[in-house]
Amino acid sequence: MNIAVLIKQVPDTETVIKIADDGKSIKTDDIKWIMNPYDEYAVEAALRLKEKTRGKVTIISTGPQRVVESIRTALAMGADEGVLVDDPALEGSDVFGVAKALAAVVKELNPDVILCGHRAVDYDEGQRGAAVAEMLGLPHIPFAVAIDVDDGATKVKVDRPVEGGKMSLEASLPVLITLGGAHAIWNPRYASLPGIMKAKKKPLATKTLSDLGIDSSEVGPDARKIRIISMEMPPEREPGKIINGDLDTEGKAKELVRVLKEEVKIL
Amino acid sequence: MAGGVCVLTEFQDGDFRKVSYEVASEGKRVADALGCDLCAVVLGSGIGDKAGVLGKYGVSRAIVADDERLANYTAEAYVPVLSEILKELEPDVVLLPASLNGKDLGARLAAHLQTGLAMDCTEFKVEDGTIKAKRPLFAGKCFGWYEWDSSARPQIASCRPNVFERTVVDEGASAEISAVTPAVPSELKVQVVSVEKEEGGKIDLTEAEVIVSGGRGMKGPENFKMLEELAQLLGAAVGASRAAVDAGWRPHSDQVGQTGKVVTPNLYIAVGISGAIQHLAGMGSSKYIVAVNKDPDAPIFSKADYGIVEDLFKFIPIFTEEVKKAKG
Ligand SMILES: Cc1cc2nc3c(=O)[nH]c(=O)nc-3n(C[C@H](O)[C@H](O)[C@H](O)COP(=O)(O)OP(=O)(O)OC[C@H]3O[C@@H](n4cnc5c(N)ncnc54)[C@H](O)[C@@H]3O)c2cc1C
Ligand SMILES: Nc1ncnc2c1ncn2[C@@H]1O[C@H](COP(=O)(O)O)[C@@H](O)[C@H]1O
Repeated sequence: MNIAVLIKQVPDTETVIKIADDGKSIKTDDIKWIMNPYDEYAVEAALRLKEKTRGKVTIISTGPQRVVESIRTALAMGADEGVLVDDPALEGSDVFGVAKALAAVVKELNPDVILCGHRAVDYDEGQRGAAVAEMLGLPHIPFAVAIDVDDGATKVKVDRPVEGGKMSLEASLPVLITLGGAHAIWNPRYASLPGIMKAKKKPLATKTLSDLGIDSSEVGPDARKIRIISMEMPPEREPGKIINGDLDTEGKAKELVRVLKEEVKIL
Repeated sequence: MAGGVCVLTEFQDGDFRKVSYEVASEGKRVADALGCDLCAVVLGSGIGDKAGVLGKYGVSRAIVADDERLANYTAEAYVPVLSEILKELEPDVVLLPASLNGKDLGARLAAHLQTGLAMDCTEFKVEDGTIKAKRPLFAGKCFGWYEWDSSARPQIASCRPNVFERTVVDEGASAEISAVTPAVPSELKVQVVSVEKEEGGKIDLTEAEVIVSGGRGMKGPENFKMLEELAQLLGAAVGASRAAVDAGWRPHSDQVGQTGKVVTPNLYIAVGISGAIQHLAGMGSSKYIVAVNKDPDAPIFSKADYGIVEDLFKFIPIFTEEVKKAKG
């Protein structure tokens, strides 16, 4: 089975976000970059499918050269090849610009299954998976928490959550699946030391937009359908109150009940 | 009839999900500010004349596509039906719920119509005859205001559940219903095999008014019974930190935070949770935050409106008794 995984590099989730001087982007000076956690789940899911079907896993990303490190991480986990689309014209693109580049790479690979995160935990847009599927005319299934493939590798079965329960779906191939769930479900494997050594020798191609036959006017800031005009920090919370430390446990419990009644008004 | 605001509702298991009324109410406010009409599109199965109720929230017309094949959402079945209807309506603005299905539908629909989508919005304003949308970024560590290019129509935005107020504008009103025959594709490559709902109609965290969450301080899965009892009394849903989920004490769907659910309840009670930055991002927009932790220096207290420095195993049972008394 031929599997493609779309990964994005995002700021470490530990990052304290600060707004840049232009008022509509974030300060990136001190950021540590990591693979988007949901994309890490996608790599793990791809490797499990590869193990079952003796397939091949290709990692695809767009961004500057720093992204190579995240692709190498995926290769060290066990993926086979990487493709990075690095083109300055892509910078400042919206969903469509990025999805165009990703779709062009995917198309050349002609995979049976395309996996990606359901959202990148930076701008939390959750749109690129569906956009890539749409551009390729493929069906997609969102928020997967379990993926299984039949023995002949002709169909996938996917579980996804619905509010208050879960749904099982079946799809013929090719299909794009976005990964949901949490770390505890996918438990993405760590890169082993031999894995890291091997990853250095695995093929990793860098492409530009012209390699993919995309005109730079189709992407970038000027082609955006939607754009950020300003950013703001959440409203400061009033400094919290510690409920009187002199009270005994029962006294504190009574005081909290009073708060819930009189201030929060839920009792 | 071009222009106007159109809301997409969520109809499941014989009724509208609550978030549909929130979206309709916000749709009405936006339509009023733009000086235009509000219509709704209802997809599902067994809708009958139930869509009339949307009139209460200001919907003048509801376009209803009632079909067994639309009983359960898949993008593959829904998007062609909706895009056909929207091509006819040509609305300027489309609002839909940022529920699980709504998030997915919005993304595919926007790609299909080649227009912009603002995901999971928490506020709208109307300026110069168009809308601007505010949405959380980095799970709420900051916010961004968005505008659409003039070539991007309709302007599509999904609305975060539990944020927009439900407002009945006319108790007696009923929306005019137009039934359409939905253009469901004859061959679908994605099939729904089964849907399982949890017993007792568990409230989803993203839609809960009150959440009681437990962390590593709970020490083990059995102790969550304590939080479940308290939650029951408060009409709350139970959440968890990643540490509690990673330990296998709680299901993954309970995880609150940057890589779990981002929640905005009226009240969030954090019990035995330290308040790591990823957790704070996911619940920091709650209206009221209460923290119970035995460590007075726990970072959660910096976000809490009310902090209780106590051993949770001592405090929670006594507090639960007091709540019982208060409820009589
Ligand atoms: C990529 C990534 C993504 C992450 N995403 C998330 C996420 O989405 N959500 C999330 O929650 N975390 C997330 N984390 C993990 C996060 O960094 C913390 O590790 C986690 O939130 C800690 O959970 P906790 O507060 O329950 O545990 P701890 O930090 O161990 O805190 C336990 C608290 O319980 C208190 N306590 C102990 N015993 C008692 C008692 N008897 N009575 C009262 N208080 C007591 C202690 O004082 C302590 O403050 C993520 C981490 C990474 C690396
Ligand atoms: N620049 C990118 N390169 C590769 N994949 C991406 C990129 N941006 C987003 N994706 C994929 O699309 C998913 C959803 O991203 P987003 O729409 O940004 O929330 C991510 O989890 C990735 O799998």
